[in-house]
Amino acid sequence: MSAVTARLTRDEQAIWDIAATVVDPEMPVLTIEDLGVLRRVAVDGDTVTVDITPTYSGCPAIDAMRDDIVSALAAAGYPDARVRQVLAPAWTTDWMSSEGRAKLEAFGIAPPLPRDPGGAVKVGLGIRCPHCGSLHTRQLSRFGSTSCKALYVCQRCQEPFDYFKAH
Amino acid sequence: MNHSNHVVSTAITAESIADSSLVAPDAVADYALGLGDDALVLAHRLGEWITNAPELEEDVALGNIGLDLLGHARSLLTYAGSARAKSEDDLAYFRDEAEFRSRQLFEQPNGDFAATIARQLIASVYFAELYTALSHSTDATLAAIAAKAAKEVDYHVDHSVQWLQRLGLGTDYSHERMQAGLVAMWPFVDELFREDPYAAAAGDAAVDPRTLRAAFDATVPRAIVEAGLDVPAVPAARGGGRSGVHAEAFGPMLAELQVLARAHPGATW
Repeated sequence: MSAVTARLTRDEQAIWDIAATVVDPEMPVLTIEDLGVLRRVAVDGDTVTVDITPTYSGCPAIDAMRDDIVSALAAAGYPDARVRQVLAPAWTTDWMSSEGRAKLEAFGIAPPLPRDPGGAVKVGLGIRCPHCGSLHTRQLSRFGSTSCKALYVCQRCQEPFDYFKAH
Repeated sequence: MNHSNHVVSTAITAESIADSSLVAPDAVADYALGLGDDALVLAHRLGEWITNAPELEEDVALGNIGLDLLGHARSLLTYAGSARAKSEDDLAYFRDEAEFRSRQLFEQPNGDFAATIARQLIASVYFAELYTALSHSTDATLAAIAAKAAKEVDYHVDHSVQWLQRLGLGTDYSHERMQAGLVAMWPFVDELFREDPYAAAAGDAAVDPRTLRAAFDATVPRAIVEAGLDVPAVPAARGGGRSGVHAEAFGPMLAELQVLARAHPGATW
Protein backbone atom coordinates (compact mmCIF):
# COMPACT_ATOMS: atom_id res chain seq x y z
CA MET A 1 0.00 0.00 0.00
CA SER A 2 3.02 2.28 -0.23
CA ALA A 3 1.49 4.22 -3.12
CA VAL A 4 -1.42 5.13 -0.89
CA THR A 5 0.49 5.82 2.32
CA ALA A 6 3.54 7.58 0.89
CA ARG A 7 2.32 11.13 1.40
CA LEU A 8 0.81 10.86 4.87
CA THR A 9 1.70 13.17 7.73
CA ARG A 10 2.72 11.65 11.03
CA ASP A 11 -0.81 12.09 12.47
CA GLU A 12 -2.34 10.53 9.41
CA GLN A 13 0.11 7.65 9.55
CA ALA A 14 -0.85 7.01 13.18
CA ILE A 15 -4.54 6.93 12.28
CA TRP A 16 -3.89 4.80 9.23
CA ASP A 17 -2.03 2.28 11.41
CA ILE A 18 -4.97 2.06 13.84
CA ALA A 19 -7.57 1.70 11.08
CA ALA A 20 -5.35 -0.90 9.42
CA THR A 21 -5.77 -3.23 12.41
CA VAL A 22 -9.45 -3.79 11.53
CA VAL A 23 -10.07 -7.16 9.91
CA ASP A 24 -12.64 -8.46 7.44
CA PRO A 25 -15.36 -10.06 9.60
CA GLU A 26 -15.77 -12.91 7.12
CA MET A 27 -12.04 -13.53 6.53
CA PRO A 28 -10.47 -12.45 9.82
CA VAL A 29 -6.93 -13.20 8.64
CA LEU A 30 -7.13 -10.21 6.30
CA THR A 31 -6.98 -6.61 7.47
CA ILE A 32 -8.82 -3.95 5.55
CA GLU A 33 -5.39 -2.69 4.48
CA ASP A 34 -4.49 -6.13 3.05
CA LEU A 35 -7.78 -6.14 1.14
CA GLY A 36 -7.28 -2.70 -0.35
CA VAL A 37 -10.53 -1.56 1.31
CA LEU A 38 -8.78 1.13 3.39
CA ARG A 39 -8.20 3.99 0.95
CA ARG A 40 -7.38 7.24 2.68
CA VAL A 41 -7.16 9.01 6.02
CA ALA A 42 -7.35 12.74 6.60
CA VAL A 43 -6.87 14.86 9.70
CA ASP A 44 -8.23 18.38 9.86
CA GLY A 45 -7.84 19.83 13.33
CA ASP A 46 -9.82 17.49 15.57
CA THR A 47 -11.68 15.90 12.70
CA VAL A 48 -10.52 12.50 11.55
CA THR A 49 -11.90 11.07 8.31
CA VAL A 50 -11.25 7.56 7.07
CA ASP A 51 -12.28 6.50 3.55
CA ILE A 52 -13.05 2.88 2.78
CA THR A 53 -14.39 1.29 -0.38
CA PRO A 54 -16.64 -1.78 -0.55
CA THR A 55 -15.35 -4.85 -2.38
CA TYR A 56 -18.71 -5.55 -4.09
CA SER A 57 -21.66 -3.11 -4.13
CA GLY A 58 -23.82 -5.38 -1.99
CA CYS A 59 -21.15 -6.63 0.40
CA PRO A 60 -22.73 -6.60 3.89
CA ALA A 61 -19.32 -6.77 5.63
CA ILE A 62 -18.66 -3.10 4.89
CA ASP A 63 -21.01 -1.98 7.68
CA ALA A 64 -19.20 -4.11 10.26
CA MET A 65 -15.84 -2.81 9.03
CA ARG A 66 -17.02 0.76 9.40
CA ASP A 67 -18.23 0.19 12.96
CA ASP A 68 -14.97 -1.56 13.84
CA ILE A 69 -12.90 1.37 12.54
CA VAL A 70 -14.93 3.81 14.63
CA SER A 71 -14.45 1.58 17.70
CA ALA A 72 -10.72 1.11 17.11
CA LEU A 73 -10.14 4.84 16.69
CA ALA A 74 -12.30 5.69 19.72
CA ALA A 75 -10.27 3.28 21.84
CA ALA A 76 -7.09 5.00 20.64
CA GLY A 77 -8.31 8.48 21.62
CA TYR A 78 -10.10 9.64 18.47
CA PRO A 79 -13.76 9.69 19.57
CA ASP A 80 -15.12 11.65 16.61
CA ALA A 81 -13.75 9.72 13.66
CA ARG A 82 -15.89 9.73 10.58
CA VAL A 83 -15.82 6.84 8.13
CA ARG A 84 -16.90 7.49 4.57
CA GLN A 85 -17.60 4.87 1.95
CA VAL A 86 -16.26 5.83 -1.45
CA LEU A 87 -17.13 4.07 -4.70
CA ALA A 88 -14.59 5.52 -7.09
CA PRO A 89 -12.23 4.26 -8.22
CA ALA A 90 -13.93 0.87 -8.10
CA TRP A 91 -12.22 -1.70 -5.88
CA THR A 92 -10.13 -4.37 -7.55
CA THR A 93 -8.33 -7.46 -6.25
CA ASP A 94 -5.17 -5.97 -7.78
CA TRP A 95 -5.08 -3.76 -4.66
CA MET A 96 -4.68 -6.76 -2.38
CA SER A 97 -1.23 -6.73 -0.76
CA SER A 98 1.22 -9.58 -1.22
CA GLU A 99 1.04 -10.13 2.56
CA GLY A 100 -2.72 -10.41 2.18
CA ARG A 101 -2.39 -12.98 -0.59
CA ALA A 102 0.01 -15.07 1.50
CA LYS A 103 -2.28 -14.89 4.55
CA LEU A 104 -5.30 -15.92 2.48
CA GLU A 105 -3.51 -18.95 1.10
CA ALA A 106 -2.33 -19.98 4.58
CA PHE A 107 -5.96 -19.65 5.74
CA GLY A 108 -7.12 -22.10 3.05
CA ILE A 109 -8.47 -19.64 0.45
CA ALA A 110 -6.75 -19.50 -2.94
CA PRO A 111 -5.69 -15.87 -3.53
CA PRO A 112 -6.88 -13.98 -6.63
CA LEU A 113 -4.90 -14.24 -9.84
CA PRO A 114 -3.97 -10.99 -11.57
CA ARG A 115 -6.83 -9.69 -13.71
CA ASP A 116 -6.94 -10.37 -17.43
CA PRO A 117 -4.28 -8.06 -18.89
CA GLY A 118 -5.97 -8.12 -22.30
CA GLY A 119 -4.29 -9.31 -25.46
CA ALA A 120 -5.32 -11.66 -28.19
CA VAL A 121 -4.74 -15.02 -26.52
CA LYS A 122 -6.80 -15.84 -23.45
CA VAL A 123 -5.21 -18.56 -21.38
CA GLY A 124 -7.02 -19.59 -18.23
CA LEU A 125 -4.44 -20.06 -15.49
CA GLY A 126 -4.85 -22.93 -13.08
CA ILE A 127 -5.99 -22.10 -9.55
CA ARG A 128 -3.58 -23.63 -7.04
CA CYS A 129 -5.04 -25.74 -4.24
CA PRO A 130 -4.26 -23.95 -0.94
CA HIS A 131 -4.11 -27.31 0.85
CA CYS A 132 -1.72 -29.41 -1.27
CA GLY A 133 -0.43 -26.95 -3.88
CA SER A 134 -1.71 -28.90 -6.87
CA LEU A 135 -2.75 -26.99 -9.98
CA HIS A 136 -5.04 -29.87 -10.91
CA THR A 137 -8.21 -28.20 -9.66
CA ARG A 138 -11.71 -27.72 -10.98
CA GLN A 139 -14.34 -25.02 -10.53
CA LEU A 140 -17.43 -26.38 -8.79
CA SER A 141 -19.41 -23.16 -8.77
CA ARG A 142 -18.70 -19.67 -10.03
CA PHE A 143 -20.39 -18.31 -6.92
CA GLY A 144 -19.39 -19.09 -3.34
CA SER A 145 -20.05 -18.34 0.30
CA THR A 146 -19.53 -14.58 -0.20
CA SER A 147 -19.69 -12.25 -3.20
CA CYS A 148 -15.92 -12.28 -3.60
CA LYS A 149 -15.38 -16.04 -3.78
CA ALA A 150 -15.95 -19.03 -6.08
CA LEU A 151 -15.99 -22.69 -5.07
CA TYR A 152 -13.28 -25.08 -6.33
CA VAL A 153 -12.25 -28.66 -5.65
CA CYS A 154 -8.75 -30.12 -5.81
CA GLN A 155 -8.56 -33.21 -8.00
CA ARG A 156 -5.40 -34.44 -6.29
CA CYS A 157 -6.22 -34.13 -2.57
CA GLN A 158 -10.00 -34.07 -3.21
CA GLU A 159 -10.51 -31.14 -0.81
CA PRO A 160 -12.95 -28.39 -1.75
CA PHE A 161 -11.71 -24.82 -1.28
CA ASP A 162 -12.70 -21.20 -1.85
CA TYR A 163 -11.02 -19.12 -4.53
CA PHE A 164 -10.98 -15.35 -4.08
CA LYS A 165 -12.12 -14.24 -7.55
CA ALA A 166 -10.01 -11.82 -9.56
CA HIS A 167 -12.22 -8.73 -9.86
CA MET B 1 -14.34 10.63 -12.93
CA ASN B 2 -10.79 9.98 -11.82
CA HIS B 3 -9.48 6.45 -12.23
CA SER B 4 -6.09 6.93 -10.63
CA ASN B 5 -5.33 4.79 -7.66
CA HIS B 6 -4.92 7.33 -4.89
CA VAL B 7 -7.28 10.16 -5.75
CA VAL B 8 -10.70 9.26 -4.48
CA SER B 9 -13.79 11.11 -5.59
CA THR B 10 -16.56 11.91 -3.18
CA ALA B 11 -19.09 9.32 -4.34
CA ILE B 12 -20.57 7.63 -1.33
CA THR B 13 -22.79 4.63 -1.01
CA ALA B 14 -25.81 3.62 1.03
CA GLU B 15 -25.83 4.94 4.59
CA SER B 16 -22.97 7.34 4.09
CA ILE B 17 -24.76 9.41 1.48
CA ALA B 18 -27.17 10.29 4.25
CA ASP B 19 -24.49 11.83 6.48
CA SER B 20 -22.60 13.49 3.67
CA SER B 21 -23.57 16.73 2.03
CA LEU B 22 -24.05 14.95 -1.28
CA VAL B 23 -27.41 15.91 -2.77
CA ALA B 24 -28.52 14.82 -6.21
CA PRO B 25 -29.87 17.50 -8.55
CA ASP B 26 -33.65 16.96 -8.98
CA ALA B 27 -33.49 15.68 -12.55
CA VAL B 28 -30.66 13.29 -11.70
CA ALA B 29 -32.58 12.06 -8.66
CA ASP B 30 -35.65 11.32 -10.79
CA TYR B 31 -33.52 9.37 -13.24
CA ALA B 32 -31.68 7.46 -10.50
CA LEU B 33 -34.99 6.49 -8.92
CA GLY B 34 -36.06 4.52 -11.99
CA LEU B 35 -32.70 2.76 -12.23
CA GLY B 36 -32.80 1.96 -8.52
CA ASP B 37 -36.31 0.52 -8.81
CA ASP B 38 -35.25 -1.77 -11.69
CA ALA B 39 -32.35 -3.12 -9.61
CA LEU B 40 -34.42 -3.47 -6.42
CA VAL B 41 -37.26 -5.37 -8.08
CA LEU B 42 -34.99 -7.83 -9.88
CA ALA B 43 -32.94 -8.34 -6.69
CA HIS B 44 -36.15 -9.30 -4.88
CA ARG B 45 -37.23 -11.68 -7.62
CA LEU B 46 -33.85 -13.43 -7.52
CA GLY B 47 -34.08 -13.69 -3.74
CA GLU B 48 -37.27 -15.71 -4.21
CA TRP B 49 -35.12 -18.50 -5.68
CA ILE B 50 -33.18 -19.07 -2.46
CA THR B 51 -33.98 -22.62 -1.26
CA ASN B 52 -35.95 -23.18 -4.51
CA ALA B 53 -33.27 -23.36 -7.21
CA PRO B 54 -32.63 -26.66 -9.03
CA GLU B 55 -29.33 -27.18 -7.21
CA LEU B 56 -27.57 -25.72 -4.19
CA GLU B 57 -24.96 -23.95 -6.32
CA GLU B 58 -27.75 -22.08 -8.12
CA ASP B 59 -29.31 -20.99 -4.82
CA VAL B 60 -25.93 -19.45 -4.08
CA ALA B 61 -25.45 -18.04 -7.59
CA LEU B 62 -28.86 -16.38 -7.89
CA GLY B 63 -28.58 -15.14 -4.30
CA ASN B 64 -25.18 -13.60 -5.03
CA ILE B 65 -26.40 -11.94 -8.23
CA GLY B 66 -29.39 -10.59 -6.31
CA LEU B 67 -27.06 -9.26 -3.63
CA ASP B 68 -25.03 -7.35 -6.23
CA LEU B 69 -28.25 -5.86 -7.64
CA LEU B 70 -29.42 -4.94 -4.15
CA GLY B 71 -26.12 -3.11 -3.68
CA HIS B 72 -26.77 -1.14 -6.87
CA ALA B 73 -30.33 -0.42 -5.74
CA ARG B 74 -29.17 0.83 -2.34
CA SER B 75 -26.64 3.22 -3.88
CA LEU B 76 -29.09 4.50 -6.50
CA LEU B 77 -32.07 4.88 -4.17
CA THR B 78 -29.98 6.54 -1.48
CA TYR B 79 -28.71 9.03 -4.03
CA ALA B 80 -32.21 9.56 -5.47
CA GLY B 81 -33.56 10.12 -1.96
CA SER B 82 -30.91 12.73 -1.14
CA ALA B 83 -32.82 15.26 -3.24
CA ARG B 84 -36.01 14.79 -1.21
CA ALA B 85 -34.65 14.06 2.26
CA LYS B 86 -35.78 10.43 1.92
CA SER B 87 -33.77 7.38 2.90
CA GLU B 88 -33.31 4.27 0.80
CA ASP B 89 -35.79 2.52 3.13
CA ASP B 90 -38.39 5.29 2.75
CA LEU B 91 -38.25 4.78 -1.00
CA ALA B 92 -38.20 0.99 -0.98
CA TYR B 93 -40.79 0.32 1.71
CA PHE B 94 -43.15 3.27 1.80
CA ARG B 95 -44.07 4.00 -1.78
CA ASP B 96 -47.15 2.39 -3.31
CA GLU B 97 -47.26 0.42 -6.52
CA ALA B 98 -48.03 3.33 -8.85
CA GLU B 99 -45.12 5.33 -7.44
CA PHE B 100 -42.59 2.69 -8.50
CA ARG B 101 -40.87 3.19 -11.85
CA SER B 102 -39.53 -0.31 -12.43
CA ARG B 103 -39.95 -1.67 -15.91
CA GLN B 104 -41.98 -4.76 -16.49
CA LEU B 105 -39.22 -7.23 -17.42
CA PHE B 106 -37.84 -7.08 -13.88
CA GLU B 107 -41.28 -7.63 -12.37
CA GLN B 108 -42.05 -10.82 -14.25
CA PRO B 109 -42.63 -13.83 -12.02
CA ASN B 110 -39.69 -16.23 -11.90
CA GLY B 111 -41.50 -18.97 -13.81
CA ASP B 112 -39.38 -22.08 -14.18
CA PHE B 113 -35.60 -21.91 -14.01
CA ALA B 114 -35.28 -21.49 -17.79
CA ALA B 115 -37.61 -18.47 -17.73
CA THR B 116 -35.48 -16.92 -14.99
CA ILE B 117 -32.36 -17.56 -17.09
CA ALA B 118 -34.05 -15.88 -20.07
CA ARG B 119 -34.88 -12.86 -17.89
CA GLN B 120 -31.30 -12.84 -16.53
CA LEU B 121 -29.84 -12.95 -20.03
CA ILE B 122 -31.87 -9.96 -21.17
CA ALA B 123 -31.41 -8.04 -17.93
CA SER B 124 -27.68 -8.69 -17.52
CA VAL B 125 -26.75 -7.65 -21.04
CA TYR B 126 -28.95 -4.57 -20.71
CA PHE B 127 -27.35 -3.66 -17.35
CA ALA B 128 -23.85 -4.25 -18.72
CA GLU B 129 -24.45 -1.82 -21.60
CA LEU B 130 -26.25 0.69 -19.38
CA TYR B 131 -23.65 0.84 -16.63
CA THR B 132 -20.73 0.92 -19.05
CA ALA B 133 -22.26 3.95 -20.77
CA LEU B 134 -23.34 5.53 -17.48
CA SER B 135 -19.78 5.32 -16.12
CA HIS B 136 -19.16 8.35 -18.39
CA SER B 137 -22.01 10.32 -16.81
CA THR B 138 -21.34 13.98 -16.11
CA ASP B 139 -22.71 13.30 -12.61
CA ALA B 140 -19.73 12.01 -10.59
CA THR B 141 -21.83 9.93 -8.19
CA LEU B 142 -23.83 8.18 -10.90
CA ALA B 143 -20.59 7.57 -12.80
CA ALA B 144 -19.00 5.97 -9.74
CA ILE B 145 -22.01 3.76 -8.96
CA ALA B 146 -22.12 2.67 -12.61
CA ALA B 147 -18.40 1.95 -12.94
CA LYS B 148 -18.56 -0.36 -9.95
CA ALA B 149 -21.79 -2.01 -11.09
CA ALA B 150 -20.43 -2.60 -14.61
CA LYS B 151 -17.67 -4.84 -13.27
CA GLU B 152 -20.19 -6.89 -11.32
CA VAL B 153 -22.80 -7.39 -14.02
CA ASP B 154 -20.16 -8.70 -16.43
CA TYR B 155 -20.08 -11.81 -14.26
CA HIS B 156 -23.89 -12.02 -14.38
CA VAL B 157 -23.78 -12.04 -18.19
CA ASP B 158 -21.42 -15.03 -18.11
CA HIS B 159 -23.72 -16.89 -15.74
CA SER B 160 -26.79 -16.49 -17.93
CA VAL B 161 -24.99 -17.23 -21.22
CA GLN B 162 -23.53 -20.45 -19.80
CA TRP B 163 -26.97 -21.62 -18.67
CA LEU B 164 -28.49 -20.56 -21.98
CA GLN B 165 -26.04 -22.87 -23.74
CA ARG B 166 -26.43 -25.76 -21.31
CA LEU B 167 -30.21 -25.69 -21.56
CA GLY B 168 -30.44 -24.81 -25.26
CA LEU B 169 -27.93 -27.49 -26.30
CA GLY B 170 -28.92 -30.02 -23.63
CA THR B 171 -31.82 -32.45 -23.99
CA ASP B 172 -34.90 -31.92 -26.14
CA TYR B 173 -36.82 -31.18 -22.96
CA SER B 174 -34.35 -28.56 -21.65
CA HIS B 175 -34.25 -26.99 -25.12
CA GLU B 176 -38.03 -26.77 -25.23
CA ARG B 177 -38.23 -25.15 -21.80
CA MET B 178 -35.42 -22.67 -22.56
CA GLN B 179 -37.21 -21.68 -25.77
CA ALA B 180 -40.46 -21.25 -23.84
CA GLY B 181 -38.64 -19.09 -21.27
CA LEU B 182 -37.32 -16.81 -24.01
CA VAL B 183 -40.78 -16.50 -25.54
CA ALA B 184 -42.25 -15.59 -22.14
CA MET B 185 -39.70 -12.82 -21.46
CA TRP B 186 -39.07 -11.43 -24.94
CA PRO B 187 -42.13 -9.12 -25.09
CA PHE B 188 -40.54 -7.06 -22.30
CA VAL B 189 -37.26 -6.39 -24.14
CA ASP B 190 -38.59 -3.45 -26.11
CA GLU B 191 -39.57 -1.36 -23.08
CA LEU B 192 -35.95 -1.32 -21.85
CA PHE B 193 -34.84 0.65 -24.90
CA ARG B 194 -37.71 3.11 -25.28
CA GLU B 195 -37.34 6.82 -24.76
CA ASP B 196 -37.28 7.68 -21.06
CA PRO B 197 -38.42 11.21 -20.18
CA TYR B 198 -36.44 11.10 -16.94
CA ALA B 199 -33.26 10.28 -18.87
CA ALA B 200 -33.98 13.09 -21.32
CA ALA B 201 -34.49 15.58 -18.47
CA ALA B 202 -31.20 14.58 -16.83
CA GLY B 203 -29.25 15.32 -20.03
CA ASP B 204 -25.63 14.18 -20.10
CA ALA B 205 -25.87 12.87 -16.56
CA ALA B 206 -28.09 10.10 -17.93
CA VAL B 207 -27.95 7.51 -20.73
CA ASP B 208 -30.63 7.62 -23.41
CA PRO B 209 -31.89 4.00 -23.41
CA ARG B 210 -32.41 4.10 -27.18
CA THR B 211 -28.62 4.30 -27.65
CA LEU B 212 -28.16 0.90 -25.94
CA ARG B 213 -30.30 -1.11 -28.34
CA ALA B 214 -27.66 -1.67 -31.05
CA ALA B 215 -25.21 -3.28 -28.64
CA PHE B 216 -27.96 -5.51 -27.22
CA ASP B 217 -29.04 -6.55 -30.71
CA ALA B 218 -25.45 -7.37 -31.62
CA THR B 219 -25.02 -9.66 -28.61
CA VAL B 220 -28.15 -11.39 -27.39
CA PRO B 221 -29.67 -12.76 -30.63
CA ARG B 222 -26.30 -14.26 -31.53
CA ALA B 223 -26.00 -15.92 -28.12
CA ILE B 224 -29.49 -17.35 -28.55
CA VAL B 225 -28.70 -18.75 -32.00
CA GLU B 226 -25.37 -20.18 -30.78
CA ALA B 227 -27.35 -22.04 -28.11
CA GLY B 228 -29.42 -23.65 -30.87
CA LEU B 229 -32.50 -21.59 -30.04
CA ASP B 230 -34.69 -19.19 -31.99
CA VAL B 231 -34.94 -15.48 -31.31
CA PRO B 232 -38.65 -15.13 -30.45
CA ALA B 233 -40.84 -13.33 -32.94
CA VAL B 234 -43.43 -12.00 -30.52
CA PRO B 235 -45.10 -8.60 -30.23
CA ALA B 236 -43.71 -6.16 -27.69
CA ALA B 237 -45.64 -5.59 -24.47
CA ARG B 238 -47.20 -2.19 -23.91
CA GLY B 239 -44.77 -1.24 -21.14
CA GLY B 240 -45.24 1.84 -19.03
CA GLY B 241 -43.19 0.91 -15.96
CA ARG B 242 -41.48 4.28 -15.79
CA SER B 243 -44.94 5.93 -15.57
CA GLY B 244 -46.15 3.58 -12.83
CA VAL B 245 -47.94 1.03 -15.02
CA HIS B 246 -46.85 -2.37 -13.79
CA ALA B 247 -47.15 -6.06 -14.53
CA GLU B 248 -50.00 -7.85 -12.78
CA ALA B 249 -47.57 -9.84 -10.66
CA PHE B 250 -45.85 -6.74 -9.30
CA GLY B 251 -48.43 -5.84 -6.62
CA PRO B 252 -48.21 -9.15 -4.74
CA MET B 253 -44.41 -9.05 -4.96
CA LEU B 254 -44.32 -5.53 -3.57
CA ALA B 255 -46.65 -6.51 -0.72
CA GLU B 256 -44.21 -9.21 0.32
CA LEU B 257 -41.23 -6.86 -0.02
CA GLN B 258 -42.87 -4.19 2.14
CA VAL B 259 -44.94 -6.07 4.71
CA LEU B 260 -42.38 -6.27 7.49
CA ALA B 261 -41.31 -2.65 7.26
CA ARG B 262 -44.93 -1.47 7.19
CA ALA B 263 -45.96 -3.69 10.11
CA HIS B 264 -43.07 -2.34 12.21
CA PRO B 265 -42.18 1.13 10.85
CA GLY B 266 -38.74 2.29 11.94
CA ALA B 267 -37.79 -1.07 13.44
CA THR B 268 -34.07 -1.83 13.56
CA TRP B 269 -32.08 -4.79 14.73
